[in-house]
Amino acid sequence: MSEHELRVSKIRDGTVIDHVEAGQALNVLAILGIDGAEGFGVSVGMNVPSDRLGRKDIVKVEDRELSQSEVDVLSLIAPEATINIVRDFEVVEKNRVTRPEGVTGVLSCPNRNCITNADEPIETRFDVVADGVRCDYCATILRSDIAEHIDV
Amino acid sequence: MRQDHLITATQLSRDDIEAVLDRARAVADDPAAYADRHAGRVLALCFFEPSTRTRMSFDSAAKRLGMNTIDMGDVDSSSVSKGESLSDTVRVIEGYADALVLRHPSEGAATLAGERVDVPVVNAGDGAGQHPSQTLLDLHTIREDHGLDDLTIGIMGDLKYGRTVHSLAAALTEFDANQHFISPESLRLPRSVRFDLHETGAQIREHEELDPIIDELDVLYVTRIQKERFPDENEYHRVAGEYRIDAETLDAAADDLTVMHPLPRVDEIAPDVDDTDHARYFEQAHNGIPVRMALLDTLLENANPDGDEGTEVDR
Ligand SMILES: [Zn+2]
Repeated sequence: MSEHELRVSKIRDGTVIDHVEAGQALNVLAILGIDGAEGFGVSVGMNVPSDRLGRKDIVKVEDRELSQSEVDVLSLIAPEATINIVRDFEVVEKNRVTRPEGVTGVLSCPNRNCITNADEPIETRFDVVADGVRCDYCATILRSDIAEHIDV
Repeated sequence: MRQDHLITATQLSRDDIEAVLDRARAVADDPAAYADRHAGRVLALCFFEPSTRTRMSFDSAAKRLGMNTIDMGDVDSSSVSKGESLSDTVRVIEGYADALVLRHPSEGAATLAGERVDVPVVNAGDGAGQHPSQTLLDLHTIREDHGLDDLTIGIMGDLKYGRTVHSLAAALTEFDANQHFISPESLRLPRSVRFDLHETGAQIREHEELDPIIDELDVLYVTRIQKERFPDENEYHRVAGEYRIDAETLDAAADDLTVMHPLPRVDEIAPDVDDTDHARYFEQAHNGIPVRMALLDTLLENANPDGDEGTEVDR
């Protein structure tokens, strides 16, 4: 706990995404569209020992708070994640992610013949179903491979 | 049916289906009563890939309701080949017509079109997706022979790419139907369709051979296995040959088995089946007329609720 608090307290303002499933930290950054070029301070912890998950990843992004659609997609690849909003070194908000009913505009459809992959002015839309997401247009279901279809 | 568009069979409730089929029966019984029902209205036939049969069926249905029809001509010479998006195309055509019928090679095209326009859109096939008006005429055919409950149906052939199969299977979950799916391993139902069927708790079973279950069936729905689905021609001939039926195949079937096919067939149903009491595929195709008339009538009625129905008909 103390080590955890220590890590969290290191940033002044921003977001700490904790309890990310080990191995998903870079996908979390992909969802957030962060590749370092934006100039935010970013730190990533991978395979950190965790009581709850065994091993977990942690992502800390300075000066950036997450939008709801970002949190929605995050919940699909990191269902156990907690999101800590930090302001002036204090965790001012601590939320577990919840599964959304759908995600819009973030994932691309794996079906190459889907109308969302044609040259149309259209945002993708996926319904969240039992163990994955499903394209609203062509009904293709994405399961474990969600992270590969993040389109940001 | 309180729907603006007909995009997928999964959107249809049992009540929706029965309402359209009841109306189709009324149309078939007294077509003259519907002859001017939508006089002055225009149906746009938007076929982004060729399908002479489906287009003619809608064309005929519309004209028998008193409508005029317009189409896009040859897709190769139209604005589509000049790179106009589907979104733009349907928005333009919306201004020309009171309803659109859309056939398009991409899955989800009809969903997109339905989001872009206010006039009713009928999906007449979107890639390997759905073809719900075919489903309604299939259901009508089944209903007239056997009813839709307490039904045992075998659906055979290309279950993976066959959109008529996907739509029919989904719609049958609204009824008390046992569904058997018979196909080669490589052409089984796709994951998304199987997922939907399991979600509804439908009773389905999958088989590689017809023989063991043919005597249980009320309906055998045969679809074509296409050569393009196989990497090599010998493999195609070997596999497709196993899913061909002839009059002898049907010796083991119940006397009142109904054999259906969305047509066109190639050789998956031998011509000698045509002469048996089982064959119903030509009636099935003909049923497209009253069913599509009933469908268009319903959608236009929903879209024009003020009773602006051309010549009013007492029913
Ligand atoms: Zn799709």
